[in-house]
Amino acid sequence: MSFIEYGDTIKDGDTAIVFLGHESMFPVKVQHGTVTQTKYGVIRHSTDLIGKKYGSKVTCSKGGWVFILHPTPELWTMNLPHRTQILYSTDISIITMMLELKPGSIVCESGTGSGSLSHALIRTVAPTGHLYTVEFHQQRAEKAREEFREHGVDHLVTVTNQDVCKNGFGVSNTADAVFLDIPSPWEAIGHAKSALKAEGGRICSFSPCIEQVQRTCLAMEEYGFTEINTLEILLRVYNVRTISLQIPDLGKAAEDNSGTGFDSSNPSNQGSPGANLQQGTVQFKSGVPLREMVGHTGYLTFATKS
Amino acid sequence: AMEGLAGARIREGDCAVLKRGEVFKAVPVLRRRKIIFEKQWFYLDNAIGHVYGTTFEVTNGGNLQPKQEVEETTTETKEAGTDNRNIVDDGKSQKLTHDDIKALKDKGIKGQEIVQQLIENSTTFRDKTEFAQDKYIKKKKKKYEAVITIVKPSTRILSTMYYAREPGKINHLRYDTLAQMLTLGNIHAGNKMIVMETCAGLVLGAVMERMGGYGSIIQMYPGGGPVRAATSCFGFPKPFFDNLHEFPLSKVHSLLSGTFSTETLPSDPEDNALVEEESNGLTDEKQISLQETEEEPTTEAPMEINQAEEQETMDINAEDVEFKENKEKENKENVREKQMKQWERRKKLTEAAALLREKNADGLIVASKFHPTPLLLSLLEFVAPSRPFVVYCQYKEPLLECYTKLRERGGVINLKLSETWLRNYQVLPDRSHPKLTMSGGGGYLLSGITVVLDKGKSDSSNLEALKMEEPSPKRCKVQDLHC
Repeated sequence: MSFIEYGDTIKDGDTAIVFLGHESMFPVKVQHGTVTQTKYGVIRHSTDLIGKKYGSKVTCSKGGWVFILHPTPELWTMNLPHRTQILYSTDISIITMMLELKPGSIVCESGTGSGSLSHALIRTVAPTGHLYTVEFHQQRAEKAREEFREHGVDHLVTVTNQDVCKNGFGVSNTADAVFLDIPSPWEAIGHAKSALKAEGGRICSFSPCIEQVQRTCLAMEEYGFTEINTLEILLRVYNVRTISLQIPDLGKAAEDNSGTGFDSSNPSNQGSPGANLQQGTVQFKSGVPLREMVGHTGYLTFATKS
Repeated sequence: AMEGLAGARIREGDCAVLKRGEVFKAVPVLRRRKIIFEKQWFYLDNAIGHVYGTTFEVTNGGNLQPKQEVEETTTETKEAGTDNRNIVDDGKSQKLTHDDIKALKDKGIKGQEIVQQLIENSTTFRDKTEFAQDKYIKKKKKKYEAVITIVKPSTRILSTMYYAREPGKINHLRYDTLAQMLTLGNIHAGNKMIVMETCAGLVLGAVMERMGGYGSIIQMYPGGGPVRAATSCFGFPKPFFDNLHEFPLSKVHSLLSGTFSTETLPSDPEDNALVEEESNGLTDEKQISLQETEEEPTTEAPMEINQAEEQETMDINAEDVEFKENKEKENKENVREKQMKQWERRKKLTEAAALLREKNADGLIVASKFHPTPLLLSLLEFVAPSRPFVVYCQYKEPLLECYTKLRERGGVINLKLSETWLRNYQVLPDRSHPKLTMSGGGGYLLSGITVVLDKGKSDSSNLEALKMEEPSPKRCKVQDLHC
């Protein structure tokens, strides 16, 4: 297995995802002799994991069970240890498409942060592309290198510990795309331009504040970028639920026993107060939005080098 | 990096996309072929050889000419007003008439100059605020400076184009929704993907782009054959199509139940007639596939040709023998060609069936006009465990039903029903705000991950369903009443 190639069975050294139930999962490093604690009991790697098929159900010591999943950048994004605020798959998806990334693409990124986007970019440009990622924080840069190695993708990525605004990406005239997620992206536009190939390269800058966006757009214009476009994307999730709504008692039209009102179920018990909830209800399936949703992550500004 | 430092060049035979502002149009690059785009008529001949991304102007003769970079003359402190309280819109502030402007255009005056003329002949221009002047100039430039950029097709360009021009053809799949599908589906080089779409081949093209020619794709199709109109716009190199297979939906049930045979293809009845002649009543599909792989076209053909010949000689024909002989030869060739094609098709069908039968696909993408539930329930059978699947539907309700049926089936986790909300912004100094119009809806997605299916254990699948859903239905009712 690897983050860039599917495998069928769990092997020693793999990073696997343990799925416990609705939105509850965590990554685990598969190792002979190790055990992992879960709320359902213990998982013994040697007997329960290694050699099993990905997607299998594993019963833990206390009797409960979990599923073991093959890692993907999307699952990694949901489960990685945060060192910084990360980008989630909704933004990652549109970034990938708008930067026109595909196998073989050369892409530059700064800052590396917790490596959420990095893993997704590596997956997209594999097996012939490359990611040059720049991180100015020494420990984060080192942690990223470590993770890429563990995940078997280090041959596709170069981590550089420097300030992109001062020293650029370390490549020139070769990148198909550049991505910026830094506090002052306008200071890196010049470096981005020189990293990009002569014609047709794409750039993206992610900023939470509109003031940052304004400065960045101005800088892009000054450096001759075209097709400058800013957008934001938000995810709306729906829970699928069967809903029962009560039918109100609107009383009888006349004092005799003629039936009144709308009742979709049992007609014989109409109108009696304190009627069985079951009879006086209508059921339907609905996609119910969550009580809260993410309202903002950042503005995405794209442009083309001409 | 793959196309050389200078960038890809426009070549004859390419599918190129014309761009003017936010308007796109895909056209074939052919010499002496008149193109109409944005009320302009021109030939693409002069564009051939230029780098993609070049901006052109249309000359009077209908030819393209690369636009010269003109430095915007940094304006001297412009005279401007403070607000519009005294500006009356009586339609009379522009002194140039339609005819005047037409005369300028006919003289061959460039767009830039026309805009300048319009500004000079506008009585209210100097009273407008700087922002209003800016907006006025932009608007006139857009109308009179007819510049066209020729861009290389990509998922980004084509999905934006289709959504703007022909959303009906792609079931109103908005480009950001497509972007989500590609990422949620973990589409990447080396996958074995199953794609079922009725989006003119746009979704297929997007998947192919993200796979870079590595791996394989089996496209499921309704009716007689897959539609790949949009796919050809991408301009993929020929090797990309070597591992693209197709399989008819109408054969899915037979494949799943083990009764699949290549004997009846979903095609024209003429072929079926020939097929019937060959049939020897075998229903064991293994035997049939063995037969197919062993038989070669040369051994098959003579058998059929003899039968065809017999038909010919039976025809009442008063013409001379030589003419008849020539016609027979011609018919023999036609029949042989048909035989070859038929044999080819059946060979491909068998290959696709074999790939599906392995039941180890790395993912499933569905984006069609059909109700998603029957598609998912059947096509998921071909997907390996611990792999993502994504279903697109223009409407939410069918996905509600799909979700429910998938829960009943089991073997899926992390089900999520979602849509994305997309907003574009105008970013200008002191004038930044969301744009005035936005898409009302871009469709819905149902995504999930497959797991090993626990067959014959209905109890455990119910338990799984309870485990996966939250909260339980009973609790939910009380909560909803409170709301």
